Amino acid sequence: MLRVDLAIVQCWVRPGSRVLDLGCGDGTLLEVLRDSRDIEGYGIEIDAEKITQCVGRGINVIEADVDHGLADFPDKSFDTVLMTNSLQVLRRPDRVIAEMLRIGEECVVTFPNFGNIRTRLSLAAGGRMPVTRQLPYQWYDTPNIHFCTVRDFEELCRQQQIRVLDREFVAEQFPDRLIKATWPNLFCATAIYHLAK
Amino acid sequence: MPDSFPPGSAGLVVPEVHRFDSPLELSCGRSLPAFELVVETYGELNAARSNAVLICHALSGHHHAAGFHGSEDARPGWWDHYIGPGKPIDTETFYVVCLNNIGGCHGSTGPRSLNPETGQPWGKHFPPLRVRDWVKSQALLADRLGIEQWAAVVGGSLGGMNAMRWAVEHPERVRHCLVIASAMKLTAQNIAFNEIARRAIRSDPDFRDGDFAEQGVVPRNGLALARMVGHVTYLSDALMGLRFGRELRSGSLQRGFEAPVQFAVESYLHHQGEKFAEDFDANTYILITKMLDYFDFARDYGDDPVRAFSRAQARFLVVAFSSDWRFAPERSREIVRALVAANRDVSHACIESDMGHDAFLLPNSRYEALFRAYMGRVAGTC
Repeated sequence: MLRVDLAIVQCWVRPGSRVLDLGCGDGTLLEVLRDSRDIEGYGIEIDAEKITQCVGRGINVIEADVDHGLADFPDKSFDTVLMTNSLQVLRRPDRVIAEMLRIGEECVVTFPNFGNIRTRLSLAAGGRMPVTRQLPYQWYDTPNIHFCTVRDFEELCRQQQIRVLDREFVAEQFPDRLIKATWPNLFCATAIYHLAK
Repeated sequence: MPDSFPPGSAGLVVPEVHRFDSPLELSCGRSLPAFELVVETYGELNAARSNAVLICHALSGHHHAAGFHGSEDARPGWWDHYIGPGKPIDTETFYVVCLNNIGGCHGSTGPRSLNPETGQPWGKHFPPLRVRDWVKSQALLADRLGIEQWAAVVGGSLGGMNAMRWAVEHPERVRHCLVIASAMKLTAQNIAFNEIARRAIRSDPDFRDGDFAEQGVVPRNGLALARMVGHVTYLSDALMGLRFGRELRSGSLQRGFEAPVQFAVESYLHHQGEKFAEDFDANTYILITKMLDYFDFARDYGDDPVRAFSRAQARFLVVAFSSDWRFAPERSREIVRALVAANRDVSHACIESDMGHDAFLLPNSRYEALFRAYMGRVAGTC
């Protein structure tokens, strides 16, 4: 996760809150939030090595599949449910977001914007599936099965009557950073949404 | 002599007997006038007395968890894969305490001990026990050893129940609680297997209604049969297929042969059964399987495990194994759900393994890495 994404997500998590992090990876985000926002919480992860890494840094981690394992969590049992950079690997991102909003008072979701100009150009000009620094996989070995664009995501929020409390767009390269606010769907690399039902 | 032990071994270990002369009030209402515990310790208690780890054994376990009793021992202690210098429960960091619990048959006060009132072995008259009675006796042992708070209480299977009970009975005395391949209560299927084992023992004519010791006999057949049934349930179909398949130990299935056939799995099971009948006590087996059956973690807390776990102050690690069908991964998830609802610190992993319930005792690289990582954190709090 980029430092700048991290900073934004941090700002949206209230100090002392109870947090659930879906696809928590090696526990970096939870560790940062624990140290800077004094949160308590748990990560959900499916990868064996990452689970061990979380345990090694003293982060609460629970092995479960985000696509199927959230039914165990009662309604509104967390202040904030996070999911950073995992939306695109889910089988049913829409259902998981609905689950997140059921479990948490608020949610924060980040995802790579497939509508980015570089991805578009790569597909349009090269005629091949984009392979970028942020999305370094080949089409056949990618874990990313459900890409979306900023506009797709906005549409999903509208359809499911999800309230967007806040949105931030992060661009990696220099010129993009200047114009991303005007044309987020073209120039943002990572979109960060703060949601509530 | 220690040179002859493999690297990473706790080496030569010597059990000690601790005698407690004041009566131990049991949850059944009766009490033991006095009792003895056979204990092994590995490593050194640090000056702050903050590095003690209690190992809780399962149904057939005992105090000998790691190292060797002599250079001629064929096998080390029962959890030697995970306890020793440089191992996940690192005896260079921790002071590890493992005991044979009361009711056991490896030297601590149990059905084989003499009842001071009659001068005869307790036998079937040994008072029925609950897991909390083990916790009570272990707490007295901790007092004796000068341990105010365990860095960790660790147990698999019944030992995991023991560890959970510690965390809620003495919340201030447990910093970390490791619950491995365990459950908050047994399922009907589990109780059923235990009852089959008990019936196997009771139907042995040499059981003599539990008075076999006084009459100088041993219900070997019953014990062996109980163990054979148990053993099959602790393994998985996949593992037995892998280890034995349909391999023959003797005889032939070809036409024209009349010699009796023995499958490798049959001879293995008989061997396990005989070995178990050699040193295990039939009354202990009945007593401890009943402890398992009766254990219900939340019973005294309005059947609400969340309420029960809310008492705990420890951090938890809950581990399950994918092919364990006696203490299935779902049982561990129930524990985790309750801990999360109680807002306790908990991590949980389900380790891929085809070793069944016994996986918690056996080498497994992921399990080992996770165990090591967790105990590393425990070491940081010592």
